[in-house]
Amino acid sequence: MAGLEVKVHNLSLKNPVLTASGTFGYGEEFDDFIDVNALGGIIVKATTSRHRDGNPYPRMAETPMGMLNAVGLQNKGVDHFVDYIYPKLLKYNNCVIANVSDSTIEGYVEVAEKLNHLDHIRAIELNISCPNVKEGGMAFGTSCPSAIAVTRAVRKVYDKTLIVKLSPNVTSIAEIAVAVESAGADAISLINTLLGMAIDAEKRRPVLSTITGGLSGPAIKPVALRMVWQVSKAVKIPVIGIGGITTAVDAIEFMLAGASAIQVGTANFIDPTATVKIIAGIEDYMQRHGISDVKDLIGGLMV
Amino acid sequence: MKKFILDLKILSNNRLNHNHNLLELTSDSPLPPMVPGQFAEVRVDGSATTFLRRPFSIHRIDKAANTMHLLIKSVGDGTRNISNLEKGALLNVMFPLGKGFTLKQNEEVLLVGGGCGVAPLYFLADQLHRKGNKVSVLIGGRSAGDILLANEYRSFGNVYISTEDGTLGEKGMVTSHSLLKPEKLPFSVIYCCGPDGMMKAVAHIAESRGIECEVSLENTMACGMGACLCCVVETHKGNQCVCTEGPVFNSRRLKGWTAEAEVGCSLDK
Repeated sequence: MAGLEVKVHNLSLKNPVLTASGTFGYGEEFDDFIDVNALGGIIVKATTSRHRDGNPYPRMAETPMGMLNAVGLQNKGVDHFVDYIYPKLLKYNNCVIANVSDSTIEGYVEVAEKLNHLDHIRAIELNISCPNVKEGGMAFGTSCPSAIAVTRAVRKVYDKTLIVKLSPNVTSIAEIAVAVESAGADAISLINTLLGMAIDAEKRRPVLSTITGGLSGPAIKPVALRMVWQVSKAVKIPVIGIGGITTAVDAIEFMLAGASAIQVGTANFIDPTATVKIIAGIEDYMQRHGISDVKDLIGGLMV
Repeated sequence: MKKFILDLKILSNNRLNHNHNLLELTSDSPLPPMVPGQFAEVRVDGSATTFLRRPFSIHRIDKAANTMHLLIKSVGDGTRNISNLEKGALLNVMFPLGKGFTLKQNEEVLLVGGGCGVAPLYFLADQLHRKGNKVSVLIGGRSAGDILLANEYRSFGNVYISTEDGTLGEKGMVTSHSLLKPEKLPFSVIYCCGPDGMMKAVAHIAESRGIECEVSLENTMACGMGACLCCVVETHKGNQCVCTEGPVFNSRRLKGWTAEAEVGCSLDK
């Protein structure tokens, strides 16, 4: 029997497979297809301090082996989350993690404070990397001083596991990782989407209403893998790998590069059962390679 | 309604014209309950440029035969790939998705379809007919060759046709058909599916005559199940997902669709 349990800071995950925020709704959208409780955990759609209507349509462009999105953090705000969404998350007995974003440090702090009281939310993932909002979001994650400021401010009000989700749209992601580690992050997840663009040549117009958007899917996997490898060498805190993971082999590559756990994102859109297939595939890989503990894969890259 | 992902077997693939195919699908297990207006997300295998599933209206259901039809318009490599599948091939289908049309009972109703917008109307006409409604179907297209499956609707009620070039039925836009001319129309609801411009014009006519209008929208979609929030339409209650809150909407729910909507209905989107 393969040992699939991993630890991320003080979170015990029954397996290393999580869902990426913004690709898995609040879990219930997937109840018809999979047993959500079979996953290591779920990271639900981002919550901001106030209601956000998101960006105008069109918000999506299909690209080679991936897609651009410009959703813009559409959500009903933290008070709605606490009153109406949180009660529905209680049915999940795996690790439920909230994703927190905003346009001001005060906003991040407000959301984190309100989520701190929710016993069933075991951790928050601080989204300082959303490329689709005019202010805040990615702006916090692309310079060390602002990344430190928002992480430190949230750290003061949030007692449980604090994960910081990094933007790949930087010159040196390892520097940002070291900065948020020094500011009190318990773990780092990466990468959020890569800033990209699509053009409709027939109409001579941008495809997205926001002109630019965030690229996700298998197209970004090599970039994500490189960044996970760089960051995991630079910090002591656990790293969660994200970026185009579609198969168990993808997941294992991220673990070998140094990730303690992984998130499945865009793959959920094409195959809502991708996560459970990845868990089964990891077990199969371990069996084939005679590995009894999945933790042995973490950082196991031989160079 | 519970959603499923099934590998459905293609029983037949009929080419209707140069860019439309009708696929007949079946499964070893009974197909799940579905309602008219719902859709399916089809996985595209073997296309180098297609990454996401493609949404299609559920065109026809035959419970006794355990079959379901999808009307496929070839637009790009992905849809061409699906259209070229042969009898016996398997199609990975996620369905049924979204909310369908409101089904009236014992009333007089009109269905308006433009181009491949007839896709959800067969299943709808069938169900409305069974519920004792007097059904009329108005189909529009650019030319005679674009009018799809018109004869199939005759068992459910009167069929009216208009083409922009006059090669079949009345000449002109579907919205200028003589059926819609009278100030007082006998219909309690107009169901509509087609290009946005056409649907807006039909919704405008319906509103001006005090008739309910339900439209089936088609937006660019990724997941089809409310997870990605990409396919939103602006409603009077904010942005809503076409895939879960629709694809069928009462036109009055949509921002900019009725009183203030621009009237124009070319079949070019």
